[in-house]
Amino acid sequence: MKTKNHNFWALFWAVLGMLYFFVPLYGTFDFSLRMQKGVLSFLAYKAVLSDPLFLASFRYSATMGVITVVVSVLIFLPTVYWMYLRLPQARPVVEIISILPFIVPAIVYVFGLIRTFGHPPLDLTMTPLKTDILITVGYIILSMPYMYRAIDVGMRSIDVRNLTEAAQSLGSNWFQILFNVILPNMRIAVLSGALICFATVIGELVLGEFLVRPALGPYMVDVGRDQAYQPAAMAIMAWGLTWVCLALIQIFGRGNTSQQLTGR
Amino acid sequence: MTEISIQIKPSKVVDRSPTFDSLQNWVGVLPFFLFILIFLIIPSTNLFIGAFQDQSGHFTLANIGIVLSDATVIRAYETSLKIAFITSVAGGLFGFFVAYSVTIGRAPRWMRSVVTSFSGLAANFGGVPLAFAFIATLGHTGFISVFLKQICFASPSGTQTCPFDIYQAGFNLYSLTGLTLAYLYFQFPLMVLTIAPALEGLKREWREASENLGGESWQYWWNVALPILWPSILGSSILLFASAFGAYATAEALTGGFINLVTILIGAEIRGDVLDNPNEGYALALGMIVVMAVCVAIYTILQRRTVRWLKS
Repeated sequence: MKTKNHNFWALFWAVLGMLYFFVPLYGTFDFSLRMQKGVLSFLAYKAVLSDPLFLASFRYSATMGVITVVVSVLIFLPTVYWMYLRLPQARPVVEIISILPFIVPAIVYVFGLIRTFGHPPLDLTMTPLKTDILITVGYIILSMPYMYRAIDVGMRSIDVRNLTEAAQSLGSNWFQILFNVILPNMRIAVLSGALICFATVIGELVLGEFLVRPALGPYMVDVGRDQAYQPAAMAIMAWGLTWVCLALIQIFGRGNTSQQLTGR
Repeated sequence: MTEISIQIKPSKVVDRSPTFDSLQNWVGVLPFFLFILIFLIIPSTNLFIGAFQDQSGHFTLANIGIVLSDATVIRAYETSLKIAFITSVAGGLFGFFVAYSVTIGRAPRWMRSVVTSFSGLAANFGGVPLAFAFIATLGHTGFISVFLKQICFASPSGTQTCPFDIYQAGFNLYSLTGLTLAYLYFQFPLMVLTIAPALEGLKREWREASENLGGESWQYWWNVALPILWPSILGSSILLFASAFGAYATAEALTGGFINLVTILIGAEIRGDVLDNPNEGYALALGMIVVMAVCVAIYTILQRRTVRWLKS
């Protein structure tokens, strides 16, 4: 009797939770199909995908995403590696730094960026190229908590000291150790960090809007102001993209953990 | 160079002093610290300094005073704190129950995997697309709104009544209520994700011990489980609070910037159309950092307590 009661509440909350997930998802999907009156069609999707502005802003954000991922890895991988190898006492400090972007909300952060770099001598908001540099830096900072955590987790799962000594005894230099030995051993962790980082940049609104660059976020807000069905289609596509990113992390994560050279 | 090393004892050349060694080690993380200093610390401190300067750069407390006596600013902070509080409590409770049902609550196995994977998805699904999804679902012509509106009954007097027309009943998506519903969409999955490990850490033996001593189910929860769980519950709720308090994109896309939140107000200030003095804008932003810093500080302290208890 008691067990049944127990099960009922568990079932009740689980079902309620699933409804909260699925009803908006289904509702949005249903809505996105109704652009053509009276028929269900993918017209809204076609309209989005054939909009040159959409393609341009998607290309811009995707490029920025890739650049952000590459530069992030180049900054965080050597730092975390060095920390594990030589400077374990720095870890608490770096860990706190890595969550600072949570304390400074994006909107406050971009305000600070504009105040600091938006005037001479640097004038980083004056030309598109300079602004792109600034926005990349902003994306790196905003996605730092995820990227840092991913690399930190990856580094913890390998034996940094032994790998380094083995590589050194075979005559590797620091660059080779980092990119031919350490990186391949934790590619899963780096990849999952990269996917989250990429997804963050793609969906980012604040930096693109206030540094006035043609990113996907500001484009979506604009479309949302004057269109009815395209936004729903874009929401479904954003959903799909997030899902693909998370699924890739799961798939890679599952397949490869046992293949790491020196698991602890 | 050689002459010097001959004069020094050989052992000193081989074993460098520990301070030199650790200094050299710090050089390895220098690029990272420089990057953070230039692109995170300086911009943030710059706002901080700006909040205490007048327009010619002299120290003043006037900005803080002006901002604190500005009715719009006060109302914005009230609204932001209110929505953050409501969504963190409601999302926290709801998320806790959902997490409970898929961890120790014996919900069917397939439900567990569905809820867990969708929590990961929904917690990462925010920003502009989330606003769009809610407009398509609960907007004037949204899926649910239209569906409920169609349920009509003919009353005896011949007129039709549609009791479920939510907009007729006063609901408005483009308001605080609507925004709350939208925020809950990522808030409760976030709670599921953060609290599930703690719930799984509850040992079966504790429950058995409680039952052996004649404890009822509520006594187990009240006297055993909750005292262990509360730091995690509170910590996760603070995480939800901070994520709602700092959110901008969903509110901007949903209400077109017409809702008076602190983040929206700062956005308007950056565009240059709220306060006449930029330094007052910095004071406005400073308040957000203070609130967030308090949240993260409490969270870190609670996290430490949690780890102590639930580590096996």
